[in-house]
Amino acid sequence: MISLGSNTSSRWQTDQLLLWLLRGVAVIAGTIVLLIVTFLAMEAFPVLRHVGITRFFTDPSWHPAEGLYNLTPMLWGTLFATVGSVLIATPLGILSAVFCHYYAPPAIARPYRRLIELLAGIPSVVYGFWGLVVLVPLIGAIRPPGPSLLAGIVILTIMILPTIALMANASLTNVPQQYVRGAAALGLSRWATIRGVVFPAAKSGLFTGVILGTGRAIGETMAILMVCGNVVQTPDSLFSPIRTLTANIALEMAYALGDHRAALFVSGLVLMAMIAALVAAADWISHGRVHG
Amino acid sequence: MSTCRALFMLKKYAPLVALSMAVLMYIPASVEAQSAAADQLTGKLVITGASTLAPLIAEIGKRFESLYPTVRIDVQSGGSSRGVADARQGLSDIGMVSRAMKEDERDLSAFPVARDGVCPILHRENPVQALTDEQIVAIYTGKITNWKAVGGVDAPITVVNKADGRSTLEVFLQHFKLKSSDIKAQVVIGDNEQGVKTVAGNRNAIGYVSIGTAEYDAVRGVPIKLLPVGGVAASTENVQKGVFPLSRPLHIVTRTSPAGLAKAFIEFAQSKAVYDLIRQQYFVPLAD
Repeated sequence: MISLGSNTSSRWQTDQLLLWLLRGVAVIAGTIVLLIVTFLAMEAFPVLRHVGITRFFTDPSWHPAEGLYNLTPMLWGTLFATVGSVLIATPLGILSAVFCHYYAPPAIARPYRRLIELLAGIPSVVYGFWGLVVLVPLIGAIRPPGPSLLAGIVILTIMILPTIALMANASLTNVPQQYVRGAAALGLSRWATIRGVVFPAAKSGLFTGVILGTGRAIGETMAILMVCGNVVQTPDSLFSPIRTLTANIALEMAYALGDHRAALFVSGLVLMAMIAALVAAADWISHGRVHG
Repeated sequence: MSTCRALFMLKKYAPLVALSMAVLMYIPASVEAQSAAADQLTGKLVITGASTLAPLIAEIGKRFESLYPTVRIDVQSGGSSRGVADARQGLSDIGMVSRAMKEDERDLSAFPVARDGVCPILHRENPVQALTDEQIVAIYTGKITNWKAVGGVDAPITVVNKADGRSTLEVFLQHFKLKSSDIKAQVVIGDNEQGVKTVAGNRNAIGYVSIGTAEYDAVRGVPIKLLPVGGVAASTENVQKGVFPLSRPLHIVTRTSPAGLAKAFIEFAQSKAVYDLIRQQYFVPLAD
């Protein structure tokens, strides 16, 4: 409004201010992550020192009150629930975005998108409660006890579906119109256009959506805690109860003391390692295949 | 609510009344009396011990602090044995012990503040009306897996257990002389409400929760049923009387007979002014 354009020295100062502000914010964000990891490591250190890291994978069971700390069944639990839900939610999410974008008439596409957005905004504890009172008894009627890996996968699928669908939707919107028109001019059918032109053009966005969804699935706690049964065991079928690493922390932290408490921080460290591996893998894949 | 507030007021002004009486009776010593009364209202109390009791005592401490703004109450958990050891060695002013006092702990002055009761629960439509201790043990260790074996319908039993470290689990294990690793559960839960919802949603489930929670929910129409233990009906009343087997007293202890600030706090923790806090933590107050 004021003659900013002519006053170059004041603009320079504003730029400098902004630059330092951004640097500060970046430092804060980085420091927070480092502080969290350091804190986790410090809290986990006592038990790592006198129990040793191998016992977290070789002990006969998880009974921290009796000094047994095997985390592997929970690692499998987290992995199965996450992979299962991502495998189901990815095609569903992407196809629902495709439907919304290329097949649905506008009168349906609009409310449909709003609905998906609404789904994304529902707090996880509400999903958990719904799962506990509706889904779990339903599964229990097919095969008791009800709280199971399957219930966890279904709940997680519903939770990450909107994340994947909305990201897919956004990346489909960003596909340049001339690509689609060009394909139409070549006489390609609608599905051939989507498969051969739209998906390759949008793949980095689709991929990001899947990664975000996976991250949410790994970290989800409340809903999983309510529907999975929380028995520490490596699941032998879709109907057996499982406990995830996140649920383990939430269940036991309030009353844990000493080594038990430190062992829960080890669960936290393992989770951090899983997320780090996910981010690294995503980075590797996207640099090698998607963007390259 | 209003009686509660009245009690606060009473508590708040009790020292003032005491002070004025002291002034009236011992006029020459009034200066000393005044400073003694002032001492009573300031200072710091360190309370350590049972993790079961720590949340309750912390809440009571907060309320006590709001009555006497210059008092600080520091609550640390670390198990009943730490509560006893710290009180003995003078590391804490008050210890917390979530069990009956032992023979060799007679040197400490113990004050009960509440009782903790746990009862088995079933779905309301489960035809089983009672289970013996042996049957409960057999069900929880996986030796009985069908309701038919204990006089119910032909359906597999869903065993609902608590997560390690919870006090309800401790009471349960202690009474039935079990180890946490002996239990074969199909569902593991965290808090009492989750246990009630799990059993309410599964006709073939058995679980155990704090009696306070179970009674509250059962009265409000949640389809659960409280099972008697050893022939004694599960109710807060029976826990209060001390006849319900699956229950334990919660004590706070001091090394010497308490005086000053510690005495005031113990009296406050045993008074009716904190019964609402006790019920909030699903414990049972000592009287009505």
